[in-house]
Amino acid sequence: MSERIDVKKTYKLFINGAFPRSESGRTYEVKTSKGAFLANACQSSRKDLREAVVAARAAHNGWSKATAYNRGQILYRIAEMLQARTGEFVQEIMITTGVTKVKAEKEVLQAIDTLVWYAGWSDKISSLTGANNPVAGPFYNFTIPESMGVVAAVAPENPSLLGLIESIAPVITSGNTVIVLASTKAPLSAMSFAEVLATSDLPAGVINVLTGKKDEIAPWMASHMDIDAMDISGLSSKLTSEIKVAGAENLKRIYSFKGATAARITAFAESKTIWHTIGV
Amino acid sequence: MSFEYAPAPESRAITNIKPKYGHFIGGKFVAGSKHFPTINPATEEILSQIALAGKSDVDAAVKAARKAYNSTWSKMPGKERGKYLFRIARILQERAREFAVLETLDNGKPIRESRDTDIPLAAAHFFYHAGWADKLEYAGLGSSPKPLGVAGQIIPWNFPLLMLAWKVAPALATGNTVVLKPAESTSLTALLFAEVCQQAELPAGVVNIVTGDGSTGALIVNHPGIDKIAFTGSTEVGKIIARSVAPTKKSVTLELGGKGANIVFEDAAIDETVEGIIDGIFFNQGHVCCAGSRLLLQENIAEEVLHKLKKRMEKIRVGDPMDKNTDVGAINSKEQLAKIVELAKVGDAEGGQRWSPACELPKKGYWFAPTIFTGVTSAHRIAREEIFGPVLSVLTFRTPQEAIEKANNTPFGLSAGIWGEKGSRTLWAAQQLRAGVIWTNSFNKFDPTSPFGGYKESGWGREGGRHGLAAYLKSVSNEKGVM
Amino acid sequence: MNFYGLVDGSEASLKTYLSKLSGVDQVGANARAAMLATRSIKTTSKRWAIDTAISMVDLTTLEGADTVGKVQALCTKAVRPDPTDSSVPSVGAICVYNDMVGVARKHLDLIGGKHVPVAAVSTAFPSGRASIEVKVLDTQDAINAGASEIDMVIDRGAFLEGRLIDVFNEIVTIRQVCGDKAHLKVIFETGELVTYDNVRKASFLAMAAGADFIKTSTGKVAPAATAPVVLVMLEAVRDFYEMTQKRIGVKPAGGIRNTKDAIKQLVLVKETAGEEWLNSKLFRIGASALLNDLLMQRMKMDNGYYASPTYVSVD
Repeated sequence: MSERIDVKKTYKLFINGAFPRSESGRTYEVKTSKGAFLANACQSSRKDLREAVVAARAAHNGWSKATAYNRGQILYRIAEMLQARTGEFVQEIMITTGVTKVKAEKEVLQAIDTLVWYAGWSDKISSLTGANNPVAGPFYNFTIPESMGVVAAVAPENPSLLGLIESIAPVITSGNTVIVLASTKAPLSAMSFAEVLATSDLPAGVINVLTGKKDEIAPWMASHMDIDAMDISGLSSKLTSEIKVAGAENLKRIYSFKGATAARITAFAESKTIWHTIGV
Repeated sequence: MSFEYAPAPESRAITNIKPKYGHFIGGKFVAGSKHFPTINPATEEILSQIALAGKSDVDAAVKAARKAYNSTWSKMPGKERGKYLFRIARILQERAREFAVLETLDNGKPIRESRDTDIPLAAAHFFYHAGWADKLEYAGLGSSPKPLGVAGQIIPWNFPLLMLAWKVAPALATGNTVVLKPAESTSLTALLFAEVCQQAELPAGVVNIVTGDGSTGALIVNHPGIDKIAFTGSTEVGKIIARSVAPTKKSVTLELGGKGANIVFEDAAIDETVEGIIDGIFFNQGHVCCAGSRLLLQENIAEEVLHKLKKRMEKIRVGDPMDKNTDVGAINSKEQLAKIVELAKVGDAEGGQRWSPACELPKKGYWFAPTIFTGVTSAHRIAREEIFGPVLSVLTFRTPQEAIEKANNTPFGLSAGIWGEKGSRTLWAAQQLRAGVIWTNSFNKFDPTSPFGGYKESGWGREGGRHGLAAYLKSVSNEKGVM
Repeated sequence: MNFYGLVDGSEASLKTYLSKLSGVDQVGANARAAMLATRSIKTTSKRWAIDTAISMVDLTTLEGADTVGKVQALCTKAVRPDPTDSSVPSVGAICVYNDMVGVARKHLDLIGGKHVPVAAVSTAFPSGRASIEVKVLDTQDAINAGASEIDMVIDRGAFLEGRLIDVFNEIVTIRQVCGDKAHLKVIFETGELVTYDNVRKASFLAMAAGADFIKTSTGKVAPAATAPVVLVMLEAVRDFYEMTQKRIGVKPAGGIRNTKDAIKQLVLVKETAGEEWLNSKLFRIGASALLNDLLMQRMKMDNGYYASPTYVSVD
């Protein structure tokens, strides 16, 4: 009797709700921590980035105008879908990074909890960071946070799944859309996570996931004039200066963070102040 | 006889302009080496000689600021810091007339505006921030937010003292010390403010003022002893600063240019709207980053609004800024006038229809009549570039959606106006507009409690209100901060 | 009647006409009025403004305690406000209750004041709460007694109830009673209409109905002639002129007590309706105490020192 041959997954990109290959036709080898071949991941090109930006921009108006309640529910739905596939992610993390099952499990569960945490933030951030401003005159004056638009994020190499989710969740909580460049060495959980996104009622284009080389794609992100902000938490500090110089061309807001914080939501929010006359 | 207003000039006797100024460093006035003249743009009279700060001056100022930060200011309880700011607010109120006259002489803006807007708002800004100094832990920035250190602040010439207040008051309230550079053409009120610091007995070095041009600004931006750059000015210079500080750990806030859309819907209260259009573009000669320089009129009322606007513009009183009845004063500098003239010519060349009321402009000084261009589309340069002068581009639209599309069709995102009597549509439009400050049924209103700042290429960060504090604080217990 | 072709007399046409008016933003109107109040009027222009204001005063006494003596004294003052200075112009008119019209007219004629008109408050002033028959008789009576100006009040109750056609018809009726014998001023009592939207609506309604003047208040209700209310009315007459080529006058009344206030009114006129309105044919100020302050300011300008009420007559 012959041994059954496994059906292996082809890892592709996630752009505008679909799973295309890189238009460049390029792939790179993803290996286990011990150096064995695991899969060929797409090596995104600047054109893939461009397509992702078009999708993210198109999705922005609808996503940002969706109710905070709706955004919160979708974030929670993503957590539900991830919970259901916990085992698969644990396996993927173990294989790519070589960590123990306990550690891999911890990462996945924390990723789920992070999504839940941000899901609950969507309809609170406005109350906490908005303001009624008592101006000296017959005006009703208030400040509200709003999304910045299209954000490009470079996820940390490690932890690959948790870092990715920490780069995505706060950004979309306030209504931004995002293009995230996953961990180069451990991109598999990111691409499997895209499958979770595809089944979570998330509108197409709100989250777009790319894999590839950071030093190749990040500068294109920085110089892209239709990207409003960047989260470079996962970028080598050697590249920071170059990225910020390129980003100055359209005055991108560029930040990096550690861990899941509320400040990560507001960093990608603009404050809009509205004055209205009070009279009869 | 008709009712012509006799000249009602404000007296300049209250000012005491010295023939030459130095810098204000470490609580003392120190002599400068090179000097350049500052002039009254309404008369071209040389008012004084202003020092041009070089490397050694900037070094000395940064050193004084660092010393004051380390030895006194960062250690002083907020309660006490606040009292200094209250003192400054009071002294500004006491010397308001003097500041107003000096501002008008140096800047060219009407005395009515410096008297009723610039100076009272500057004092209000200090009063507001004074109260924050001992309440920073309530600001949403974590339980114990800390100052950044020494702030380098570079301000523009359009609202000299007010922009100083917008920068200095929050910096001091949050425990930072400052090195401030006023604009080349409008240094006098900043130098008078140095006297206010002395009268308030502000510890030496907490506020340092160095005067100069762009080269001095660059020395501040690139100085390794500075932790924070706050800049108000053009988007062009803002980008240069953003690139300059990219390799550093300096934090930066930028208040830059704009091309504000002022949208008039068919049911707008028409006479007040016309006033708002005037306020939007002719206030301060249009030298306003948030000016409503693109008027968007719904097509079915465009003719009526334009007719009333022109009639109203005929009543605008252009002339001597020191006359209390002047509405529009002098253009701040020869260079700025040249830029306005050039862009207006571009408007002509692009086929815009230029109109100005008949008004006699003074022979000396820098002047530009209030001007509107009709027949402008989103593709015209005068609908895209910031003119920073009394020039209004008029566009039309057919539906609310089209108005928003046109309004947002700009790399800027500082301000916008909405005129209409239908509340739900006003809120809808306010939601759709990509701009940091939106005035509905009003324009160009400012208040220290109200955050100000732009989206996109109009800048980074906010000034004023609780949000403005974030520009000068770092959150230590990051997990608790939401801003 | 054709009502300038704006209205055909039907309720529907009146509604259509008024529906075209834009609203008034209260904050914006207040701000504009406040800004104009900062105008600084000095030297020659101030002197001109004082004399112009004197010529615009509708010198008024509207008291239950009015007597023949009181009205006669007022007439004397109206003709020669400053008995020591003949260069002071006569006031715009004498304004009295209906029963004093004859007294005033007779006395004015007697003392060389034929050029000073007598205005009568009419139509059950100040409340306007009487039947149309009474209002017609009231007006007719005043005209018969020599009134050449009728200051009628509108029915504010009807206005606030939305019976605009009744308000309109009442003005039309009184206009007909006035004929060519009397100018018609229509008083809104803006303190009861409250909103500037109502003031604008009342202004356009009254102008179409045939008012020669629109007037803010009776003087019996506060607030009366506030600067923004006058601003809104001046905008209305300006716009009505553009529509019809007919200039309607404006009369603020109540609360204008000193020269500074009066000059502010003239600034409002100049910068809103325009110079054409700066005369007593198109602008009046209903007042009593104001006249003495104008006279004292005039003395100060002539003599260079501050005047005292001792030197102006108490009437």
